[in-house]
Amino acid sequence: MNDRPEDWEAAPEPGWVAPALMEEFPGLSIATTALETTTGRSPEALKERLRDLSDRIGGPQAIQLRQKPIPWAYRVFFRHIGLDPDTDRTPVEQLVFERMHDGRFTSRNRVDDAITIATVEVGVALRAFDVDRVSGRVGLRLSEKGEAFEGRVAPLPAGTIVIADEERALGVLFGRTAEGRGVRRGTKRVLMAAIGVRGVPDIALEEALWVAGSALRA
Amino acid sequence: MPEELLERTDLPEVIAPEESLVPPVPPEGLDTVLYEHDERASRADLRRQIAALELLLARLFDSAFPRKGIEFKVAGLGGPRVLSVDELEKVRDGLFTRIQEVRADLHEFAVTEESNRELIERMTADPAAHKWVRVYNEDIGERGCKNWHATPKWGPLGMLMGWWRVKISSGCPLAKGQPPPDPDRWRRRDSAASGGGVRLSDARSGRLRPGHRGPGPMTGPQRPGAPSR
Repeated sequence: MNDRPEDWEAAPEPGWVAPALMEEFPGLSIATTALETTTGRSPEALKERLRDLSDRIGGPQAIQLRQKPIPWAYRVFFRHIGLDPDTDRTPVEQLVFERMHDGRFTSRNRVDDAITIATVEVGVALRAFDVDRVSGRVGLRLSEKGEAFEGRVAPLPAGTIVIADEERALGVLFGRTAEGRGVRRGTKRVLMAAIGVRGVPDIALEEALWVAGSALRA
Repeated sequence: MPEELLERTDLPEVIAPEESLVPPVPPEGLDTVLYEHDERASRADLRRQIAALELLLARLFDSAFPRKGIEFKVAGLGGPRVLSVDELEKVRDGLFTRIQEVRADLHEFAVTEESNRELIERMTADPAAHKWVRVYNEDIGERGCKNWHATPKWGPLGMLMGWWRVKISSGCPLAKGQPPPDPDRWRRRDSAASGGGVRLSDARSGRLRPGHRGPGPMTGPQRPGAPSR
């Protein structure tokens, strides 16, 4: 935490993808990096970055967003996995929609603000988990029949694509996070995960993790 | 001759198949690999088609702006999961249908906008025949706040004398940031709520909505709403 944000290296670790998923969706990937941080309200420097971002993203950018390569790749992937990106918006589209609705990117907390900045800047989907509540490496797989999901009474439908560690599902892909696995008050280390799909270069995942990491260290 | 051929039951094409149409079980060891491989190729092909159609829809979305009332949604099938061939076909067909509908809607808009452009020409040529008519940029499918308004020159005097002209206004309010709180905003909101006033946001921006276009009879521009289907 002592070095300057721009001197920091993301050092992303590639996650695993189950063979069944890899065969169906070539290009699907996940990369993670662990970051030491504090939770709570964002510092003024981070809020300032959000304000700058709000000034740069307006109506024209929002209209043209879905034609840009990375947001388009996520829209296509949403269609491929049965989601309608106009109902369940892709992460970047959801953030830009909120920017249009609220008139600015609203500051929520340090981690969410860092994710907002990185997602809007690069277009890549990011998720955050509590490192101390994750066992082993993180990857993507299909849920099994009757698999439990923390915070949900009924089991997950079989075949749901989930982000998982080596023991359990941590969250539904582009959906909710399992209860107790996300970042909470008092979390000391955050596992930032970038999800890549076909059409999103690996360098974009690395860049998104770097931007989120440097924002967290602002 | 064709009838005779049809009556001949000894032709192999005419003889009803006796064996089942269900394909035989694949030999031991092959299991469903062969079939699965075929389906995977079909799914990959469908995904490519969906990607191309999604790009087409995105381009239409861009060109449709600032027109309102066009539906771009294509229902999802519940996910995230691996969709079957049938489901991917549904997504592809849904996208294709939506693209056709959006194109039809845009065509309707284009027809209306063209007639509004002609109205502007007629207004300019003969303002007195189009008293108080106002056409906005939005009515001709363009961005911005510009409008053409048939008004009398020199106010009431022009009205009495029949001196009419078309006034072109760029219309957009200057960007000044958020205004300070209005001390009597509650009173004004109450009056608007009771139906007696103009919406505050409209009044601030200097832009009135349809229905607040000024006094007098008018033959306004056509408004393409959500086209009926």
